[in-house]
Amino acid sequence: MDLSYVLQLTISGFLMGGVYSLIALGLSLIFGVMKVINFAHGAMLVWGMYFSYTILKVTGLDPFFSFFVSAAGLFVMGYVIQRTVVNRIMPFHEAMQVIAMVGTMMVLENLAQLIWGPDPQSPQTKYSLSTLWLGKVMIDLPRLFAFLIAILIAALVFVFLKYTDLGKSIRASADNRTGALLVGTDVNKVYAVCFGVGAACVGAAGSLLVPLIPISPHTGFPFKLTSFCIVILGGMGSLPGAMIGGLIIGVAESLGTIFIPSSLKQVISFSIMILILLLRPQGLFGGKG
Amino acid sequence: MLRVNGIDVFYGDLQSLRSVSFEVQSKEVISMVGSNGAGKSTTLMTLSGILKLKGGEIFFENHPIHVCSSSQIVEMGIVQVPEGRQLFPSLTVIENLEMGARFPKAKKRKKETMEWVYNLFPRLEERKRQLAGTLSGGEQQMLAIGRGLMACPTLLMLDEPSLGLSPILVKTIFDIIKEINGQGTTILLVEQNVFHSLSLSHRGYVLENGSIAMSGTGQDLLKNQHIRQSYLGL
Repeated sequence: MDLSYVLQLTISGFLMGGVYSLIALGLSLIFGVMKVINFAHGAMLVWGMYFSYTILKVTGLDPFFSFFVSAAGLFVMGYVIQRTVVNRIMPFHEAMQVIAMVGTMMVLENLAQLIWGPDPQSPQTKYSLSTLWLGKVMIDLPRLFAFLIAILIAALVFVFLKYTDLGKSIRASADNRTGALLVGTDVNKVYAVCFGVGAACVGAAGSLLVPLIPISPHTGFPFKLTSFCIVILGGMGSLPGAMIGGLIIGVAESLGTIFIPSSLKQVISFSIMILILLLRPQGLFGGKG
Repeated sequence: MLRVNGIDVFYGDLQSLRSVSFEVQSKEVISMVGSNGAGKSTTLMTLSGILKLKGGEIFFENHPIHVCSSSQIVEMGIVQVPEGRQLFPSLTVIENLEMGARFPKAKKRKKETMEWVYNLFPRLEERKRQLAGTLSGGEQQMLAIGRGLMACPTLLMLDEPSLGLSPILVKTIFDIIKEINGQGTTILLVEQNVFHSLSLSHRGYVLENGSIAMSGTGQDLLKNQHIRQSYLGL
């Protein structure tokens, strides 16, 4: 086997992993704070994609510039979903929450199908096929841009959580709900903002994927499963875990294509998930229990 | 300043407060004593707006507060230091304190309040960059009180501040409560440590099975035969 081929796959997987990380970051943030599993995460990804796709079609503005529109749109969507659906189901058992979240997913998926139709779309951008050669290794430019923007957004989310008042309130509410209420936090608003931020992450990730993969109302599903694997690998609710986990899964899936057909690449992420559940069920960065 | 008028509070079908009434005057230290399950914490949680009452009214400076949200109540200056501290373990000491100062009034004075808190509890300043979850029990109690003070309360309610602390620390904490009161903050103290809290208080209320069984000045209650037998074991 050629070494440059391995290097090639590693790099392209790593770059894709950055986008995975951003998707998983949103999922993990929502789970970490609200303890709700967002089954609508894949559908939200698709909405992010369609927002940028529509902007591209109508104005010609590139998805790498319109990602913040998707992020803003998804923030609003997440905020509303938290206020209308998630807030009501938070006190209940997980198994009951699943029903409402899967219902939300179906509504979003089918709305997307109603608006944009069932056919896959592959919009062309100027640089869709542009590449950069580093010796024998080819770097796909859209992937490189997607990676860089994804990491930038993730960094912004970390800064937001670490240094802003609202970010501190989110962390405090995740730590101790009663404590947050007693210092006067409007916990329901904080939760809504948090769901909005999680949704904005996945919305931006959707935009970044527009030049890379065909869009259809059901594109989000495999990404959702992959991001579940990442969140379990990194540790449920751990944000650094989601970032590192995303990169690991990206590289592993890519390298896996040496041995198995790429249509089977999810075998890799699920194998990793099963392994981690057997060996370290709290995940790489998860605390105890 | 605070007037509680015949409040009834339920947990599901279980009535935990029966027509409880009491009053707190400005600048007083009031203690509420009673055994486990008498309804002391329930009273504080109701005052903080976390539990909703079924009957009765609560007035703070003549505003009805039983209809307010918990964040409005904090903004009005009623702040609780809860039992079990309820800190944010994955936030640093400073961040925990900052979380206490959420409203404009408290934010404006954040710097000086924090200095005052560090003055009261020098240990907190030493550990200000540490995560709250790594503090010892006594330090956590200091942080909980500090976080409460950061809100610039006019009425500070403390729930079992001496719970689980060593006798020396218990004394320190009670001394500091006295000092906080000396700075003009009204104190509502809920305690199982009957002797310490009544000695410190201007007045006290005894809560038994969800209703007020007795009230009087701290000294009178300490002399009372029933209290000496049931709570002090004398």
